[in-house]
Formats: sequence, C-alpha cells, structure tokens
Amino acid sequence: MTAERPAIEVNDLTVAYRDRPALWDIDLEVPSGVLMAIVGPNGAGKTTLIKAILGLVRPAAGQVQIHGRPYEENRRLVAYVPQRGSVDWDFPTNVLDVVMMGRYGALGWFRRPGRRERELAMAALEQVGMAAFADRQISQLSGGQQQRVFLARALVQDAQVYLMDEPFQGVDARTERAIVALLQELRASGRTVLVVHHDLQTVPEYFDWVMLLNVRRIASGPVDEVFTDRNLRLTYGGRVPFIAAVAPQGTGVGGDGRVGDGSPGPGRLAGEAGVAAAKRTADGSER
Amino acid sequence: MSPELEIQLVAVVVAVACALPGVFLVLRRMALMSDAISHAILLGIVLGFFVAGDLTSPLLVVGAAATGVLTVALVELVYRTGLVKEDAAIGIVFPALFSVGVILIARYAGDVHLDVDAVLLGELAFAPFDRMEVAGRDVGPRGLWVMGSILLLNVAFIAVFFKELKLTTFDAALAGALGFSPALVHYLFMSMVSITAVGAFDAVGSILVIALMIAPPAAAYLLTDDLGRMIGLSAAIGAVSAIAGFWLSFLLDASIAGCMATMTGVAFTASFLFAPERGLVAAVRRRARQRLEFAQRMLAIHLAQHEGAPDAVEESRVDHLHEHLRWTPEFAGRVVRESERRGLVRREGERLWLTEFGRAYADRSFVAD
Repeated sequence: MTAERPAIEVNDLTVAYRDRPALWDIDLEVPSGVLMAIVGPNGAGKTTLIKAILGLVRPAAGQVQIHGRPYEENRRLVAYVPQRGSVDWDFPTNVLDVVMMGRYGALGWFRRPGRRERELAMAALEQVGMAAFADRQISQLSGGQQQRVFLARALVQDAQVYLMDEPFQGVDARTERAIVALLQELRASGRTVLVVHHDLQTVPEYFDWVMLLNVRRIASGPVDEVFTDRNLRLTYGGRVPFIAAVAPQGTGVGGDGRVGDGSPGPGRLAGEAGVAAAKRTADGSER
Repeated sequence: MSPELEIQLVAVVVAVACALPGVFLVLRRMALMSDAISHAILLGIVLGFFVAGDLTSPLLVVGAAATGVLTVALVELVYRTGLVKEDAAIGIVFPALFSVGVILIARYAGDVHLDVDAVLLGELAFAPFDRMEVAGRDVGPRGLWVMGSILLLNVAFIAVFFKELKLTTFDAALAGALGFSPALVHYLFMSMVSITAVGAFDAVGSILVIALMIAPPAAAYLLTDDLGRMIGLSAAIGAVSAIAGFWLSFLLDASIAGCMATMTGVAFTASFLFAPERGLVAAVRRRARQRLEFAQRMLAIHLAQHEGAPDAVEESRVDHLHEHLRWTPEFAGRVVRESERRGLVRREGERLWLTEFGRAYADRSFVAD
C-alpha cells in the first residue's frame, strides 16, 4: 500500500447517460484517513460518482485511482455499501450469509466460504450489534437492521477505503448514531470513508471532509473550509434555506404541521420538525 | 426396463434439469426469459438441422443454445435503446425468431419429424422408441442420455458457480465491485438455460418447458428461506410433478407433458394456498388473529379511557360497543368473549369492567413495542 498517495484520486471524470452528463469533469482528491460526506441535490450524480469510482459505470472520460493505482488493481482495498433499496430483501438467505458475501472478493472465483469467513462475519455482526440476528431471514429485518447488515458486510472486507451510498437512509436516530460511531472508528484506524449524505444539518458534526456536488464539483475539502453558505447556494442553486437549517431551532421553518411524522417520540420538538422540513427542501423534489 | 418406467425416468430427469436453472430465473425476476428462450431456440434447431441434415446431430444443440443466448442479447439490445420496456423487448424479440423458425420448417422441412405440434408440446411417449446405441448395444432411450447429461451439467454449473450465482443475483452492484463480472455470470447462466431448454424441447416442447422451469421454483420459494433448500425443493417438486403427471396422463389418456405441466401448476397452487408462513391460508388466518388481537387492545384502551369518567356506564355497555367502536354486533360479541377468556375484562350483565390485568394491558399498549 502506498500511504503517501491520496486514498482516492479522480481526474477529469465525466459520465454521461446518453447525451446528458451525470458528472461533468470531476476532479477530486481524498487524502487517506478522512471521513468525507458527498452532498448535493437529487440528480447531482452522487451515486454515479461512487459507481464510477468502483468501475460500475463506464466513464466517458477521465480516470480514477485508489491509493495510486487503477481500481481494477486495488479492488481489494475498497469496500462498497450500496443503497439499501438496491437489493431484493426477500431473497432466500439469512443475515450471516449476506455478511459473508463481503469475503467473496478475497475468496475469488470458485472458492467457497468456510469457517474462517463465518467467524469474520460473526465478528463484523458483533461490531454492528447484530450478532443475535445471524440466523435471521433477511426479509424480517427493519430498515435500520438491513443497513447494519450491509455495514457489517463492508466491515468484513477489511478494506482501506469505504464507499457508502446513503447509509443513513430510513434508519432511526439511534441506529444513525451507532453507524456514525462506527464510521468514526474506521477513520480513527486510518481508513478512508466516503458517504453519500442527505442531511446537511449533520455534516459538520459527523464528517471532517465534504464534497459538494451538482454534476460538477462545486467544492471539496475540510468541512470548516468548504462547507460554506456560498458553496451550498452554488450547489443547491439557492433552493436550500441553509440559514434556516443552522439557525436556532424553532424558527418556524416547519410550519407544515408534520410534527407527528409517523414516527414520533412524545417529546418531539417543533424545532426538530423545522429541521426536518429544511432537510426535505435540501433533498430536492424527487423523493 | 419397461417403456413406462423409461418414460417416467426421462420425465423426472427433464423436470429436475429444468427446475435447477429455474430457481435463479425466478430469483432474478427473469421468468419470462425462459419463455423467450424456449421459443427462440426453434430457429437454432432448424438452422442446425439444415447444416447437419440430421435431427440427432449435436450441432442442433449448439445452434439452439446459441440462438438462446442471442435472444438474451437481442432483448438487452432493444431494451437498452431506452425506447422499449424490458417486457415489451422480450415480446418483440422471441416471436420474431420463433416465427422465422416456424416458416423455415413449413417451407423446407415439412417432410421430416419437426412438425409444429411436436415443437409446442413435445412427445414424451415416443421417448422409449428413440434408442441410444453404443457399439451396437442398446443402452436406453436417447432422451434419457441427453437430458441426463444436461442435468449433470446443470448440477455441476450450480455447484461450481453457487457463490457467484448467489452474489450476482442478490446484489449485482457489489458483485461488479468485487470483480465478479455480473455480465459474464449472466451469459454463462443464460447459456445453461438455453441448453436445458433445447434438451427439454424434445421431451416436452417449447411451451411446457416454461412450466417446468418456473412453477417448481416458484412453489419452493414460498416454502423456504434458504437458497440451498429452495434448489433441493424445486428439484423434488419437479420430480414428483413429473411422476404424478405421468400417471395422470395414464388415467386421462392425455399428453404426458401436458399432465406434467398441470401437476407443476397443482404443486404451485398447493404451495400458494397452504405454505406454512407465506401461503394464502396462513396469511388470512394471521390477519384474522391480528385483527381480533388488535380489537381486544382497542377494547381495553377504550374501557381504560372512560374508567371513572361520567360517561363510563354508557361507554362500557356491551350492547353499545358496536356503536362506539363501529364494530358489527357479532364482532363486538367475539371480542368481548375473547377478552373475558383472557381475563382482560369482567362482565356484569351488559356492563364491562376492566380487570387489573386488562388495565395493565391497556397501559402497555400505549408504549410502542
């Protein structure tokens, strides 16, 4: 491993679906050992960027290097957590089996997982607090549990670089905190973590680096340098009332009466609803 | 071996050979692709026949398998243009290939055993007449050898690529990221489906192949949560349907292949209705039980809310429950009886009292569990 090279280097990356560019001439350098959020409105190309780094979509131009080498050569250094909704959770298998899939890359073609893989998978499940669910059929998991299983599957790869596509999507606050703690542990042990993230509010709290993306790279770097009002406006085209989102809670952004929101705790604050409303605006209109 | 036994043996081998790749077709939501492939291979068989001039040539299998893979590729090509949805793409591609095959048979191959009836339904009853000879010695029906080899090929393929098939089916993106080319696995698998369809074509024709490929795995899917077990169950259901189908055809004096397909349908219907957890009957029962359980909870909460309030007498009368809670009188009666039985409520005439246990139950209901 070449630690002196950046964990991820993207040069002049352009990805187009037909003639519509999804990513336009992206340059990105992610140093080793940072926890970085990728934010941007829907359709900004966040998932496409992750997939392009992984070689899952073919770029029209540009190149990607992982620790100084093309992805194909450094595959083993990278773990990937796809969006939870991208797989069929009714697939006939159990939690342990899904986590063991994280070892398939190291096993290569034809070799079957054995006891060692089972033990590694159990350890990863332990790490995400899901060991008791090892034998559980995956269709019986809640959204947060599914996400944790996916996380365990990435942990079991024992990678240097983790690419995660919306790991907080549809998980409750407790699971979100648990996942964040895990990501910060990964960073503490020198791993590089890239997370597609939707909640602008928590960016400064969870991450030390951030990339603002809207088809082009608006900015990337340490959160306190680039996560500025100006860059956010450039990214979201003035649609995001970021001032409101970071302003003291309860400024009345959430006047839509959705305090209940279907998953209420008894003490949910009006201010939280306000933040939630700001989040929704930030997410744009697709969802 | 008696002809009956030979037919049954061929039937079982065909059914199991079809059920194995069928499992992954069902899980990949590509059931319709079996339809496309099993029809389109006719063109390959005809072209193979023109080249080889002989119906028993292995060239037919090769040609047919190639047409199967071509079908998959063409469907993807049409679909990728973004102008047509995938199901429509399937519907456009395979009838085109199939119809060319039908025209070629009618025009140039009318005098050989390649008639349209046999193409659609196959004729299993003739299996014992087509013998395999090795060094002048009769070693059994040719169909048994052909299908037996294909079955072994399928077993070997799934055994060798089990991990890869599972991963690309469950999470193609991760498979790609880990370096297991999902496209390569996909085309290998589709080649297997094509080869299986060609082999089964002789025995059961191009339409019933679909039943044998899809119905047993679809039934097994409802019975188990484990991929390995689903494969085993699919094979078992296919085998049992094959034997049952043979005897049904014996009774009805009808097409064996048709009866086999019917039996796979029966097996699926039985599984659909009576599968222990996912079956329709189990689901209806569960819903009824949940409804009753929920109603008891509602009753306990209702009584607790009005306990000690001025309207308690009015709100706690059995004969008024259906008005307040909008239940039918019969359902209200059932809920009250069940609640009494569980000790949630005590009944005095028409008046209901919450027991200590019932009060605790109502309280607990407010806390999310």
